[in-house]
Amino acid sequence: MRLGIVVLCVAVGWCGVSFGEPSQQLKIGYMWMKPSKIRVSLLDVPADNDGLAGAQLAIDDNATTGQFLNLGFDLVDREVSKGEDPTEAVKELADEGVGMIVTSLDAERLLAVASAAMAHGQLILNAVAIDERLRAEDCRGNVIHVAPSRTMLSDGLTQYLTWKNWKRWLLVVGSHDNDKLFADALRRSAAKFGAKIVDEREFKDTGGARRTDSGIVEVQRQMPLLTQGAPEHDVVVAADESEVFAGYLPFRTFVPRPVVGSAGLVPGTWNAAFDQWGAVQLQNRFVIKFHRPMSTLDMQVWTAVRMVGEASVRTGSADVAKLVDYIKSPEFSVAAFKGQKLTLRDWDMQLRQPILLFDGRNTVSVSPQHGYLHQYSSLDTLGTDRPSSKCKLN
Amino acid sequence: MKVTGAVKTGQRPRGIETSKDGKFVYVAVGDDDTIEIIDAATLQVAGKLPSGEDPEQFAIDSGDKYLYVANENSALLTIIDLATRQKVGQVAVGIEPEGVAISPDARIVVCTSETTSMAHFIDVEGRKVVGNLLLGARPRSAAFKADGSELWVTSEVGGGLSIVDPAARKTKQVVKFAIPGLRGEEIQPVGINLTHDGKLGFVHLGPANRVAVVDGISHEVLKYLLVGQRVWHGAFTPDEKYLLVANGASNDISVIDVAAQKVIKSIQVGEMPWGIAIAPTRDR
Repeated sequence: MRLGIVVLCVAVGWCGVSFGEPSQQLKIGYMWMKPSKIRVSLLDVPADNDGLAGAQLAIDDNATTGQFLNLGFDLVDREVSKGEDPTEAVKELADEGVGMIVTSLDAERLLAVASAAMAHGQLILNAVAIDERLRAEDCRGNVIHVAPSRTMLSDGLTQYLTWKNWKRWLLVVGSHDNDKLFADALRRSAAKFGAKIVDEREFKDTGGARRTDSGIVEVQRQMPLLTQGAPEHDVVVAADESEVFAGYLPFRTFVPRPVVGSAGLVPGTWNAAFDQWGAVQLQNRFVIKFHRPMSTLDMQVWTAVRMVGEASVRTGSADVAKLVDYIKSPEFSVAAFKGQKLTLRDWDMQLRQPILLFDGRNTVSVSPQHGYLHQYSSLDTLGTDRPSSKCKLN
Repeated sequence: MKVTGAVKTGQRPRGIETSKDGKFVYVAVGDDDTIEIIDAATLQVAGKLPSGEDPEQFAIDSGDKYLYVANENSALLTIIDLATRQKVGQVAVGIEPEGVAISPDARIVVCTSETTSMAHFIDVEGRKVVGNLLLGARPRSAAFKADGSELWVTSEVGGGLSIVDPAARKTKQVVKFAIPGLRGEEIQPVGINLTHDGKLGFVHLGPANRVAVVDGISHEVLKYLLVGQRVWHGAFTPDEKYLLVANGASNDISVIDVAAQKVIKSIQVGEMPWGIAIAPTRDR
């Protein structure tokens, strides 16, 4: 048998990949929902395989290393439809032998999935929900947060604004719940880093007519009105996760001020222009495979699937219990093109990570900003730190 | 020591080596997908090598016969015949190959791959991978001791230095670095320079702005030398009296007195220096 393999190696000219079938195979689940395609800009409309493509590329990347170690990786993806009970999918995946599940689900569904997964000893890697409560009163021992928290995003942005000395904010908030949660996070960040909110405005989503032919004319009048008569401010900070109005603010504010938050300078974990720390290699691999730019969701799902792969490679195992132990241990880290290793906070299972500030074309800066010091990791200046955490893991 | 001249190169120059006879300087210009050959006497670009896509680090064998270059974008190691300036082979390796080192007996080429986190051992004769070793995250540079007894590999994100037994292809020890006042994630080992006698190693710690002096025998970290910002790679003068290191973010070169283990000078150079080559030299 061995001889046969050696002959094959010579024939294909590459021994590295030709050690035959992997002896251990690990199935990684991916549960996802079709995202809304309604965006202020057509350029931001997500692809049908948004997120899924990241999972597929990470499986490839895991497999490249795995083949040298006789470890194989399969992706089992499961779409969850709107009316469906997601716990059904958890059972199905358990029946298929899937012990690690990456999710692109909202907070409610994620919690339902986490409870159902307890019974099967499955680990959930949350790649999309940024809600603070999932890392606080609703935290779970079997959920790892690869997506940053809202506060990490707002802290990352605020550190930069403070460094720029743009400390007087006009805060404009959307009328949906998640907009208000983002505004809360921004208020906390402002208090934490010494920015001052000089005035607040609300933009009520009345349904609007964003795609009617008269839209531009209307928006051009609305946005100055929305921002008129505010006290002296350095920036307009928009909290509009629902993508209703913030995209219309730049160049339309009453006084000429930069827009940050949900438009203008936006905090995130990735963008298709990011090219630092070897990131250009990942961007190239992604574009070659999928013929489109790599989105933030793609990257967060990629990172989650790579974390599982990294645990498998480092332990030389496909045993779920072993992998879970390793991922939760202090030895665990993952490289995700952020110029430093990413590790887990043991108090709420949040992945520590830098926050990129993207202007729509380029990465303007990466937080934590220089000078924000921390006794353990400067990454812990972003988000909820151990002493203030409300999470009790079980 | 001062700057006496500058040579215009292609886009994104990174890996730099001299031919062992000192006649040529080779510079990988990643964005132009080639390695430029600079005539050391005239300082003119005298030709190009078919390096394949996005060349970064490379190594040249002691007889100036073959050049081995990592193609970061395409998971390949390309082998170039320096006499004919032709590509003579490619070997598939892990994702994002980076560091390249040739064993002193010229039989094995080691190539690290950053996302795969491995050192691949390539048989020079057969031009194929004969062994793979898993290392700390994002292995960056590899260097053999001159007697071939040890292979040193840095892990940029893992933060350590792996001491590898190249015959057994096993990690003997992982050296960790700790600098008071610096967070662990700021310590990112990149370039390595080993003295010819193998008694001292200098490991460049990137954004930690330090070069670690490592005892070549006990592998203890003896000292951290404060250099410029974002130190990448370096080279010894031929007499090994001095080690020069390139500081990418402060645009200068630090000169280290090897015997005294002290930084004695810094020299302002162009923007974002990355690598250093000194010719003629037997030690690297």
